[in-house]
Amino acid sequence: MSATDQEIKQEYRRNHAARKMAQRLGWLSIGLGVAELLMPGPLARTLGIPGGKTLLRFCGVREIASGVGLLVTKHPKPWMLGRVGGDVMDMAVLGGAVLAGDKPVHALLAAGTVAGVTSLDLACARGLATEDHLVTVYDYSDRSGFPESPDKMRGRASKQSDINTAPQVTGMAAADRETQTRH
Amino acid sequence: MRALRWHGKKDIRCDNHVPDPSIEDPRDAIIKVSSCAICGSDLHLYDGFMPGMMHGDIVGHEFMGEVMEVGSANKKLKVGDRVVVPFTICCGECDQCRRGNYSVCERSNRNKKVAEKLFGHTTAGLYGYTHLTGGYAGGQAEYVRVPFADVGPVVIPNGLTDEQVLFLGDIFPTGWQAAAQCEIEPTDTVAVWGAGPVGQFAIRSAILMGAEQVVCIDNVPERLSMARAGGAITINFDEESVVHRLHELTRGKGPEKCIDSVGMEAHAARSIDSMYDRVKQTMMLETDRPHVLREMIYVCRPAGVLSIPGVYGGLIDKIPFGAAMNKGLTFRMGQTHVNRWTDDLLTRIQEGQIDPSFVITHTVGLEDGPEMYKTFRDKHDGCVKVVLKP
Repeated sequence: MSATDQEIKQEYRRNHAARKMAQRLGWLSIGLGVAELLMPGPLARTLGIPGGKTLLRFCGVREIASGVGLLVTKHPKPWMLGRVGGDVMDMAVLGGAVLAGDKPVHALLAAGTVAGVTSLDLACARGLATEDHLVTVYDYSDRSGFPESPDKMRGRASKQSDINTAPQVTGMAAADRETQTRH
Repeated sequence: MRALRWHGKKDIRCDNHVPDPSIEDPRDAIIKVSSCAICGSDLHLYDGFMPGMMHGDIVGHEFMGEVMEVGSANKKLKVGDRVVVPFTICCGECDQCRRGNYSVCERSNRNKKVAEKLFGHTTAGLYGYTHLTGGYAGGQAEYVRVPFADVGPVVIPNGLTDEQVLFLGDIFPTGWQAAAQCEIEPTDTVAVWGAGPVGQFAIRSAILMGAEQVVCIDNVPERLSMARAGGAITINFDEESVVHRLHELTRGKGPEKCIDSVGMEAHAARSIDSMYDRVKQTMMLETDRPHVLREMIYVCRPAGVLSIPGVYGGLIDKIPFGAAMNKGLTFRMGQTHVNRWTDDLLTRIQEGQIDPSFVITHTVGLEDGPEMYKTFRDKHDGCVKVVLKP
């Protein structure tokens, strides 16, 4: 017998875990975007990107857009792929800052953080991609294991199932036995 | 002979030319396996979460078959008997066995020094389940050596199929013990986390023991439909809040009895604590993911019982023990004392009160075993329970 012996019915299923992750990444995106939009100067100085205020503002707008997109859309996959594209752009900018910027160590730390977030974005995008695959649905609603309906079976073993009623030796009768390891 | 052997994380192979087992002690028996199954706890080995496995170990602890050879001191079995072998190996003579605590037999673990280092005291030997539990060869093979075979094996009377009785060796008594540990009363709500095979048997056991309502929590639609068939109200944790729904179903009081049939590899990914566990596990700062335990402690009615048949292997973190203590919760757990329950459950099967074969979704040959580990692990193809025919 195999599950595949049954009548085959297929459906697309939501990947709830990936969607939850996409929402969280959406909030992260908005937070980061607001910071880049409101504090481009301090951020540019910290990362050692002189004259990068405009670039950071642009990144902020991009982050907020993708964050809002992820939070409001019913189809998060393209927005998540957009985030991955944005990550590549961020890595390019930070790579330039590491090589030619004023504060390469800071830029390197930031690049490491972006790499971590990129791996989350990729995992989320992969999870969302599974929603495009048809899943076979199996109906096990006839597999009760009981001869009658569960309501009729309720309580059939109520008097005999106590954890302490199984045959066993207790108290002094079981105590003080020499035991040896063998086998 | 052929056998499924562990060669590393996610690497179980069907090997030919594995040496046949032989009688090593006068109480032994050699069994020719007719049916064996992949258990949820085998997946902990497959995924590499249990320490103590060695390259080439034969896996599997749910099996049955025909007695081929019997040791000279074994007066219980004879050649040709058809037996189901409980997964816990027990001597029948030590303090714990005499008290019926078979899963903590003091004599059957031949690597008890290692187990004592890890757990403080030894637990019983298990088939195919790491060298911490004796390093015994498992039952996903053509032949198995059964130590203390004059104690554990259950002789099966004629007229019952393998599929009806195979699960007497593990998941049926495990689900039964989980429900029995709850000491169910007719007014109880029993919440069961996990609609895998053990969860399915826990649901049916709770119904037979008379629970007013049984609630099952999972996110796999097929498994939830099987749980509903057994009489459970279901909660898909992907689609609704477990806490709120249990609150509704119990008029705000919470379930009196909670059963964790998930264990160390909880897959809930929506909660912050699950993400925390995954990060800590990745950094090797935690071995198990105890999301279900935390949720049970939170939702359980004060003075309720938490029954834990799900397997945990090592260290868990951020358990709200203050809540557990102040709510006066009782924890009952452990590997199953299989032989406590087998006679009673065999009678119930014979009387037609329950047919455990309902849980089988896949039956394949031993050579397809490695592929089925993956199918079972990923819950693909509607997989709930796999039976292998060597």
